[in-house]
Amino acid sequence: MAVLELTGVAKSYRAHLSLRKYWILRNLDLSIQEGEVFGFIGTNGAGKTTTIKLALGLIFPDSGSIRLFGDPAGNPELRRRIGFLPENPYFYDYLTGREFLDFHARLFGMKAADRRRRVGELLERVGLGNRGDRQLRLYSKGMLQRIGLAQALVNDPELVILDEPMSGLDPIGRREVRDIILDLKARGRTVFFSTHILSDTEMICDRVGILVRGGLKAVGRVEDLVRGEARFWEVTLAGVNGGEIPCGRVVSRGANQILVRVETQADLHRLLGELNGHGATLVSVTPARQSLEDLLVREVHRAGPARSGEVERDAL
Amino acid sequence: MLSRVTAIALNTFREAIRNRVLYLLLVFAVAMITFAQILSLLTVGSEEKIIKDFGLASIDIFGVLTAVFIGVGLVSREIERRTVYTLLAKPIHRAEFVLGKYGGLVLTLLINTAVMALWFFLILALKGTFDAGLAIAILMLFMEFLLITAIAVLFSCLSTPMLSSVMTLSLWVIGHLLWSLDLLGAKTPSAAARALWRTLYYLLPNFSNFDVKGQVVQGLSVAPSAVGFAALYLALYGAAVLIGACMVFQRKELQ
Repeated sequence: MAVLELTGVAKSYRAHLSLRKYWILRNLDLSIQEGEVFGFIGTNGAGKTTTIKLALGLIFPDSGSIRLFGDPAGNPELRRRIGFLPENPYFYDYLTGREFLDFHARLFGMKAADRRRRVGELLERVGLGNRGDRQLRLYSKGMLQRIGLAQALVNDPELVILDEPMSGLDPIGRREVRDIILDLKARGRTVFFSTHILSDTEMICDRVGILVRGGLKAVGRVEDLVRGEARFWEVTLAGVNGGEIPCGRVVSRGANQILVRVETQADLHRLLGELNGHGATLVSVTPARQSLEDLLVREVHRAGPARSGEVERDAL
Repeated sequence: MLSRVTAIALNTFREAIRNRVLYLLLVFAVAMITFAQILSLLTVGSEEKIIKDFGLASIDIFGVLTAVFIGVGLVSREIERRTVYTLLAKPIHRAEFVLGKYGGLVLTLLINTAVMALWFFLILALKGTFDAGLAIAILMLFMEFLLITAIAVLFSCLSTPMLSSVMTLSLWVIGHLLWSLDLLGAKTPSAAARALWRTLYYLLPNFSNFDVKGQVVQGLSVAPSAVGFAALYLALYGAAVLIGACMVFQRKELQ
């Protein structure tokens, strides 16, 4: 079942005192399935945040339909089943972490005892167990991101929407966010997150969607999107002793190892088959596959330069 | 619904009481009420009157300033700082958010007015005087604060804090001088212009309905019907303004 479904969604903005429309999204179709981790990738200004805001009812589409759990989005009751972390979150800095989470738990009508237990659990889960009584103004960026994640999970949501959850985090912070996403997946939750940090995306997503200038250019499983695109292999050989290799190009030569780049699968087989004859031993074969980053760059180039009337703006 | 409105109201209250501006205004109010005591020493004969007059005026002005300066930022600041995103991604209706913000400021004003009134009565008690009429005057000032807060919240949904404070304070001043519009209407020969002035007279908030300061200071009693009318006026006008604020916010794009 699709937990979030956008069909033919278009969204435009008008600049102040201007009749001109700026299209942010054009005819967007997107469907997020139950239990999957979906990475929504794109450059700044591609329309990722706009899509998320539309799904949450913070802004309204010009046309198209948005459904949450099969019902038209816009009914606040549906948000009982959703958790959301905005991009670069700013929270009430006069509250302590504990007060902040308690406030959000109250909005779900949780009883005092349940709130206390849940808030304690969440603080532990995001690694802020001993900092819950500190005011948010004293939190670092990473800690704010973590407390933001905690508020998104306060209602144990079925669908968790995260807008750039890894931006601005150090490698440890990113790893923690990644672990939380994987933990949510293990619990059968659906995670929809936008990002432009692609290495993490490849690792944790079931599916990704590539958004370029308001249009979905590719969507599917990571391995399907980048499959067949392994255009060369890097083969490390030992004991070649300066002899010729049957095919491929030597990229680097070490004391007793060489790195060879082979362009086709046939050449790879030939090279591996003739190793013995050259007295060489195989150390490693690494397929140099196209990464999501290559795919994104290719789609952006394919879309060409921004036409006038299109917006290139952060945090739309 | 009520629990969500209460949660937002309590959080707004907490924000206000952790805001230094509130304390600054409160300290100024208390200082002004105290200053009335000193001022009264300079006059002959009407010491009490000066204290009452000055005290009530201080409560009025500082109450209105608190309502305006906190009120105009209630909604717009949440949007500007993007704190509204996490809130409205929760199962709350936008109207609940607006009403919660309003409720929080009303609670703040209640405490604020109570502190100012207590100090005022303490100063008067030191002079050995008390007048029940003063409590009624303060009650009616509080009603005025409730209406001005509703107007500030409406502007907060529409515009920036700066513009909203100018608009709200202007309406407050105009609302105290509406009698002049009435007079203008009566003296205008053109029927169309007269109709316009009359319409404006009824449309704009009439804050003189809440103003019995002069009467009370002069020792005149306030008719219960005047209090009743003020309460009814507040209920109807305030509700209309808040419904307007909710409708504006309902359609607002939170970019």
